[in-house]
Amino acid sequence: MNELWIIGTAALVATSSSLLGCFLVLRRMVMFGDAISHAVLPGIVIAYFLTHNKTGFPVLAGAALTGLLATLFIQFFNRKVRLQIDASIGISYTFLFALGVILISLLGPNVDLDQECVLYGEIAYVPLELIEIIPGLSLPRQFWILLLNMLMVTAFVRISYRYLKLGSFDPAFAAGVGIPVALWQFALLGGVSLTTVVSFESVGAILVIAFLAGPPATAYLLSRALKQMLYLSVAFGITATILGYYLATLLNASIAGSIATVIGVQFLFAFLYVRLKRNSLLNTPEVHEIK
Amino acid sequence: MNRFTHLIEFFRLEEPNVQIVFAGVFLLAALSGLVGSFTFLRKQSLIGDVIAHSILPGICISFLFAHEKDPLFLLIGAVASGWLSTYFVDRISSGSKLKEDTVIALVLSVFFGFGILLLTMIQQGGYGSQSGLDQFIFGRAASMTRTDVLILVLAFLLISSTVIVLFRGLTMLVFDPDYAGSSGFPIRILRSVLSSATVLTVALGVQAVGVVLMSALLIAPPAAARFWTNDLRKIVLLSMAFSVISALMGSASSYTSTGLPTGPWIVMFLTFFALGSAFLGRKHGVMRRLIRRRQNAWKILSENILKSFYYLSDGFTTQAGYSVAMVSKNTGINQLKVRFGLLLLKRSGSMNRSQGGWFPSSDGKIEALRIVRKHRLWELYLSRFMHLKPDHVHEDAEGIEHIITPEIESELLAELGFPSTDPHDNEIPEITEMP
Repeated sequence: MNELWIIGTAALVATSSSLLGCFLVLRRMVMFGDAISHAVLPGIVIAYFLTHNKTGFPVLAGAALTGLLATLFIQFFNRKVRLQIDASIGISYTFLFALGVILISLLGPNVDLDQECVLYGEIAYVPLELIEIIPGLSLPRQFWILLLNMLMVTAFVRISYRYLKLGSFDPAFAAGVGIPVALWQFALLGGVSLTTVVSFESVGAILVIAFLAGPPATAYLLSRALKQMLYLSVAFGITATILGYYLATLLNASIAGSIATVIGVQFLFAFLYVRLKRNSLLNTPEVHEIK
Repeated sequence: MNRFTHLIEFFRLEEPNVQIVFAGVFLLAALSGLVGSFTFLRKQSLIGDVIAHSILPGICISFLFAHEKDPLFLLIGAVASGWLSTYFVDRISSGSKLKEDTVIALVLSVFFGFGILLLTMIQQGGYGSQSGLDQFIFGRAASMTRTDVLILVLAFLLISSTVIVLFRGLTMLVFDPDYAGSSGFPIRILRSVLSSATVLTVALGVQAVGVVLMSALLIAPPAAARFWTNDLRKIVLLSMAFSVISALMGSASSYTSTGLPTGPWIVMFLTFFALGSAFLGRKHGVMRRLIRRRQNAWKILSENILKSFYYLSDGFTTQAGYSVAMVSKNTGINQLKVRFGLLLLKRSGSMNRSQGGWFPSSDGKIEALRIVRKHRLWELYLSRFMHLKPDHVHEDAEGIEHIITPEIESELLAELGFPSTDPHDNEIPEITEMP
C-alpha cells in the first residue's frame, strides 16, 4: 500500500509538470520553470515560519507568489533594463534562492526546513502522514494536496487549451485576434510555481524541473501535434515515475534522483531513435551525390 | 560593537583559518569574474548553471572509486562530468529540433538527479568518510583547506595566462564568431578552451559556495560590468573587481554574524552590484538611457520651435517678435512645452526675448535654416526617388529632419543635383551668415 501511495504521489507531480512543461518547451521558457522552482524557496520559508509547519493549500498558494515574483524580476531585467535573457534569469533566481537560504538561517529554530529537502524532497515519508478528507476516507496529506493541484492544472490546460496553443505557436496572431497572451502566460507560470511549491516536500524542486523539461522534450521529439505531445508527455512522466521507483528500491537510493535518471534515459532513447530514423532517411544515394 | 571588532578581526587576517578562506574566496571570485565575462558575452550564462549542477555525479563516481575524499581525484571527476554535460548540451541542441533552453534544463536536472541517486547510494552504503560530500551542493567556504587554495592558485595562473595569450581570439569568438571562423581563427579550439576554463572554475567553486551560488558568481559580475563599458578588457577587469568585492564583503558579513552562510551573502552583494550598475551604469544603465531619451526629446522640441519662427516670419524677412501663444498655434505644441523649449533655446543662446516677444538670435536663425533645409531636401528626395506625391512627403520629413547628419545632407544634395526648390515649390534655404 505504501508503495502505491508513493508512486501515486509522484505520478501526480509527473502529470501536472509534464502538462505545463509542454507549453514551456514550445515557448522556449523552460528555464523560467527552472528559475521559478529555485525562487519559491523564500516563499516556502516564510509560509513555514508563519504557520509553524501547518502547510495547507492556501499557505502554499501564497508561497507560490514568490515564484511569480521571479518571473516579474526576469521580465523587468530583460525588458526594462535590457539585460540579455540568460543573465536576467540567472540573476533573478540566484538572488531569490540566496534570500531563501538566508531566511532559513535567520529564522533557524523556528523553521523546520532545510535546503536539501527543498531540492530533493522526501517522498518516502508521504504515506506516514494521513489526514481524513471525508469521514471514512484517509489519504496521505501530500497525496491530497497534489491531487488537488493536478486537478487544477488539468482543468486549467483543458479550459485555456486554445489560448495557450495559439499563444505558443503564434503569439503575434493570438494578440491580433484579441487573446490576452501575456495574461495566459502569467497564468501558465503561476501553474508552474504552484506545482513546484506543492511538490517540494515530497519530490523536491529538482524533480519538478526534470518533469518540466524531460517528458515534454522526449514527447516533442516524437510527436507532430500538440495534443499528441501532451498525452505522450504525461505517459512518459508516469512511466518514468514507476520505473524510477523500482530503480530506487533496487539501489536503495533517492526516489527523486532515480526518477530523474530514468527521465534522462528515456530522452536518450528517443533522441537516438530520431537520429537513426533521420539518418536512414538521409542515407539515400541522391543525398550523397550532392557535394 | 562586537560585530565591528569581528569585522576588523576578519580583515586583519590573524587567524590562519580566516587567511585560507580569504585567499580562497578571493581567488575564486577573481577566476569566475574572468571566465564569466566570456560566457556572459557569448550569451551562455546558463551553461555555468548546467555545469554547476552536473558535476555532482562526477564527484560521486570519483568517490566510489577512491573511497575517500582526495580533493584532486574528486576534482578530476567533477571536471569530467562537467565537460560531459556541456558536450551533451551541444550535441542535443545541434542534433535535434529542441531549443537550447529545453536542453539546458533537461541536462541540468538529469545530471543532478543522477548525482543525487549516487549520493544517496553512497550515504546509505556505509562508506566511512562520505560525510561532507554533500557540501558540494551547498558549499562551505569555511571548510576550505590549504590544498584547495593551492589548487585555486594554480587554476588561476593557468586560466588567466591562457586568456591573456588568446585574448584576440577570444574577443573575436565573443563578438563575432562567424567572422572569426571565416577569417581563420580556430573557433572550435577557442570554444573548447573557454568551456574547459568554465568547467574548471565551476568545479572548484561549487565546493566553496555551492551550486546555485556558483551560477551567480559567473553571471552577475559581468552583467554589472557590461552596463559601464563596451571595451572587453574593461568588462573583464570590472567584472573581476565586482566579483572580488562582493565575495570579500560576503565572507566578512558571514564571519561577523555567526551561523549565517557565506554563499548567500555573496549573492546578495552581487545582486546589489548588478542592480546598481543596471541603474547607474554609464554606458547602458537605465538612468543613462532615460537621460539620453530626454535630451533627444528636448532637441526635437527646440528644433521644432526654431523652425516655426522661420515659417512665422516668412523666412526671417520680418524682425517682429512672436508670443508663446503664436508659436504654440503654429507648431501645435502646447504652450507650457513651448515656453520650456524657448527657455532652453535662450539658455543656449539661440533665442532672444524683447518687449515684442521672442525672436531667434543669428545662431538660432542659422539653426532654423538648417532644419528647414533638411526637411525640404528630404521631401524632394522622397518625391523624386520614391515617387511619392508632394502632399504625402511632409509627415515623413517632420521626423527625419532631426536625424539627418551633415554627411547625409551632403549626399542628398549631390544626389538631387543641388536643387533650389522643394516639391511644394518652396525655396530650399542656403545657409548664409545672418545679421
